[in-house]
Amino acid sequence: MTDAEIVFRTRDLSKVYDTGKVKVFALAHVDLELFAGELAVLLGPSGSGKSTLLNILGGLDHATEGRVWFRDRELTSLNDRGLTRFRRDHVGFVFQFYNLVPSLTARENVQLVTDVARNPMRPEEALERVGLVQRMDHFPAEMSGGEQQRVAIARAVAKRPEVLLCDEPTGALDSATGIQVLDVLRQVNEELGTSTVVITHNAEIRKMAHRVLYFQDGKLARFETNDVRVAPAEISW
Amino acid sequence: MSALDIKLLRDFRRLWAQSLAIALVMAAGVAVLLMSFGMSKALDETRDTYYERNRFADIFVDARSVPKSLLATVRGIEGVAAAEARVTTHATLDIEGKAQATVAFVTSLPEGGNPLLNVPILRLGDWPDPNASDQVALNEPFAIANNLWPGDRFAINLNGTKRTLAVTGWLLSPEFVYTIGPGSLIPDDEDYGILWMPERALAAALDRTGAFDNLAVKLRPGFSAKPVMDELDTLLEPYGNWGAIDRSEQTSNAFIDGEITQLQTLAYILPPVFLGIAVFLVNMVMGRLVRLERTEIGLLKALGYGNMAICVHYLLLSGLIAGAGVMLGWAVGSWLSYGLAKLYANFFKFPYLIYNISWNTYLISGLLGLGAATAGALRAALSAARLSPATAMSPPAPPHFKRSLLDRLLAALRISQPSMMILRSLIRWPFRAAMSVLGMALAVSILVASNFFPDALDVIIDSAFHQSNRQHAVLFFNEALPESALQDSRRLPGVLQAEGQQYLTAVLRNEHREKRVVVEARRPGLDLSRVVDDSGKPVDAPPGGIMLARRLAAQLDVGVGDLVEAEFRGNRHGTFTLPVTGLVTQYFGLGAYLDQETADRMFQQSPQVSVVNVTIDAAQEEAFQAQLKELPMLAGSAMLVENREGFQETISQNILITTTIYTVLGVLITVGVAYNAARIQLSERARELASLRILGFTRGEVGYILVGEILLLALIAQPVGWWIGWGVARLMAESFTSDLYAIPLVMKPATFTQASLVVLAAAAASVLLVRRKLDQMNLVSVMKTRE
Repeated sequence: MTDAEIVFRTRDLSKVYDTGKVKVFALAHVDLELFAGELAVLLGPSGSGKSTLLNILGGLDHATEGRVWFRDRELTSLNDRGLTRFRRDHVGFVFQFYNLVPSLTARENVQLVTDVARNPMRPEEALERVGLVQRMDHFPAEMSGGEQQRVAIARAVAKRPEVLLCDEPTGALDSATGIQVLDVLRQVNEELGTSTVVITHNAEIRKMAHRVLYFQDGKLARFETNDVRVAPAEISW
Repeated sequence: MSALDIKLLRDFRRLWAQSLAIALVMAAGVAVLLMSFGMSKALDETRDTYYERNRFADIFVDARSVPKSLLATVRGIEGVAAAEARVTTHATLDIEGKAQATVAFVTSLPEGGNPLLNVPILRLGDWPDPNASDQVALNEPFAIANNLWPGDRFAINLNGTKRTLAVTGWLLSPEFVYTIGPGSLIPDDEDYGILWMPERALAAALDRTGAFDNLAVKLRPGFSAKPVMDELDTLLEPYGNWGAIDRSEQTSNAFIDGEITQLQTLAYILPPVFLGIAVFLVNMVMGRLVRLERTEIGLLKALGYGNMAICVHYLLLSGLIAGAGVMLGWAVGSWLSYGLAKLYANFFKFPYLIYNISWNTYLISGLLGLGAATAGALRAALSAARLSPATAMSPPAPPHFKRSLLDRLLAALRISQPSMMILRSLIRWPFRAAMSVLGMALAVSILVASNFFPDALDVIIDSAFHQSNRQHAVLFFNEALPESALQDSRRLPGVLQAEGQQYLTAVLRNEHREKRVVVEARRPGLDLSRVVDDSGKPVDAPPGGIMLARRLAAQLDVGVGDLVEAEFRGNRHGTFTLPVTGLVTQYFGLGAYLDQETADRMFQQSPQVSVVNVTIDAAQEEAFQAQLKELPMLAGSAMLVENREGFQETISQNILITTTIYTVLGVLITVGVAYNAARIQLSERARELASLRILGFTRGEVGYILVGEILLLALIAQPVGWWIGWGVARLMAESFTSDLYAIPLVMKPATFTQASLVVLAAAAASVLLVRRKLDQMNLVSVMKTRE
């Protein structure tokens, strides 16, 4: 996929947490590129910098040093308002703990996004994609973890984002439910062409990716390309 | 509806109990504001309209037998629009079937027909025939109280001759909206009436044909009263002029004024307290909500919602709470305001009530409510807007507890771990603890400040009735009489003791300050009507000078040894410079006292009495009353025994109502503060408390941490509340003090105890309500939820 269009590019990207006594490098001088339509899996132990990278790519956090580009636009030069705009127009997020608003139904949770997005699909359509049309009017508390995560994915894709950033999307799920969720992600990636980044420390998941990026101590240790991708249904852990 | 708005409404519904607690406090503020402003405005407008429509005069002068020819001169004074002369007197009535002598103020209706000024409204029956000699119209409340209908007859003692009058109709007049008989403390419609008789008949009966006793003057627009009053005083000087007064000194108007001012004072003192507490409650609840919804805030930001949208979201939530509070306040305030205005209109004898709270009173109270909520929510809303999304999505760092000197102290005291948790939490969030203390202290203060009135009244009643006025009845005469009148009074049936005094009207001056007062000339050692000093010891006016009530001295800016100029008016006149020889604390009126012998020398008179105080053998009261009806020179009599009972009854009714209202308000505030504080504690510490339960702590032990902290704060709030309450009481006492009376700042321990008990009970009840939730907490699910 190296000839594909570059979606994200980072140069010398660092994030430092200053606790007063010591400085902790969450990210240390990372250079990487992510491509359009690619499904990339970020692997690494806890504290290796995956989430920090994802937060910075998604415009949720600021870098301490270095630069980040989304296509031609330099994210590191945007202010708060610019980053909000960027998130609203281009990025979909999926989190480990779903982060649904408990006081809103599935449909209303998706509507949170479609209310503010520029060219969204209908909430019902998004929920149909994840196979939850019949559960549309249920509150999060009335759904299983897998269903909640699928609502979260519907919510993320409803705006037709160019990139989908997923932080441990299966981390809180059992294996069977996790596979369902991964399958939804694969579908979105294939059918909508959404560039998708999935963070996990479950090594099995790497098999479904186009590319796997290994993180260690805040650095990109290495990456590998899968010549043959495995469908989520064939993965187990 | 947008998803964010749906979340808003659902949050509002979820937080209903806390929202209600806040809304109620806010409603109390809005309602009191609406009520006080609404009522004072209704009274004010009703009065103004009544005065306008019925041409209430601007200036009044009492004199004696002024030739009517002088009226033309009066009408010629610059600025005078109209002047009306009246013949007036006080008289005793003998109403069939009523043992007691009744006192009435009799005034004339002009020969030419209806009055030009102070035009009465005919409420029932007819006007008296101008040519009739035995017809009379009565003021309505007096007629109702005595069951006197058109056609009924009663006897009146006019100038020593008893005659019978027939009632033609009932009237109401802007001059007598509030009627209070001579020597009385409260209106008594049954024993004090206003009578209107045709001028010809009244003047003939009083030997005043071709003369008048009282002048009512209406000014042209734009002219001030003072120059006209000065000219009238000069003009009427030879006729025993009592001194021209403007509306501010006219008894009926002065009382209404005082009431309106009190209502307005309430409108300025109380609502800020309630709205202030609402600010703090909203602050507390919204602050906690934002802390609790960190991840949702982070999520919304991740989804692309801007800082502004998030800020507005939380402000709108507080706006909903405020909206509920304001609506409730409007409803309750309108209802109370209208109901109380009607009560007032009834108490003051207005023929109608003009009641319309203007839309801007609603608008202002509504905006104040919304403003309070916004002020309260702003901090939390801004902090939500400022939360960085990445930080918001991760759980908050555990609060930073530090070991301090206090910890070492606590450790040395071997305090149990749960108690330690309570104390640490107070030390960790001192601002929050202080705000809870302040909130509950304000509740205590409202109760202390409202309960102080009964204490003050006890002192007033004791001073006025048990220390100063120990007589059973006071007899007033139309003129000062030789001391032989005292001997005559002693011969009245049933009289045990009789003592005389002379009442004089004077204007006291010190440089530009002046005050019109009644000066009492007294013999030393009087036992029935006493002047009592602070320590409860009776004092006599030292010879050769004048003794003043402290409030009067303060108004004139004089102290003992200073000189005041006293210009006496009425039947004894002359101007004297007198040294102030003593000061005395008094709660009713602005007293001034002369030694009788000093007065006799000043006026070169033989000893005189215009007032006689008597004690009566209760068994002979009926005979005494029967005799009073026959006394020719009697202008009035006040039965102080009845006055005392009436006063105490009126007061205790009022106190019951106000105490109930303020207790409810105090409880509302306490519940608002304590319930919210406990709910916040519970939601923030759910995991901590659940962990303790899992570790093997009992429900009671865990409950103690929750209940203990709030109750500890409630206890700390007590002395603070006492202190604030004392300050508010002082403010109220000062602002309610007028020429008519002073409110002493006395506070009994029971007032503080009672306030504290109410607040502690309300706090305990609210906390226990929350504790029940703690008991029902599902340990597993609490531990499973993510922070």
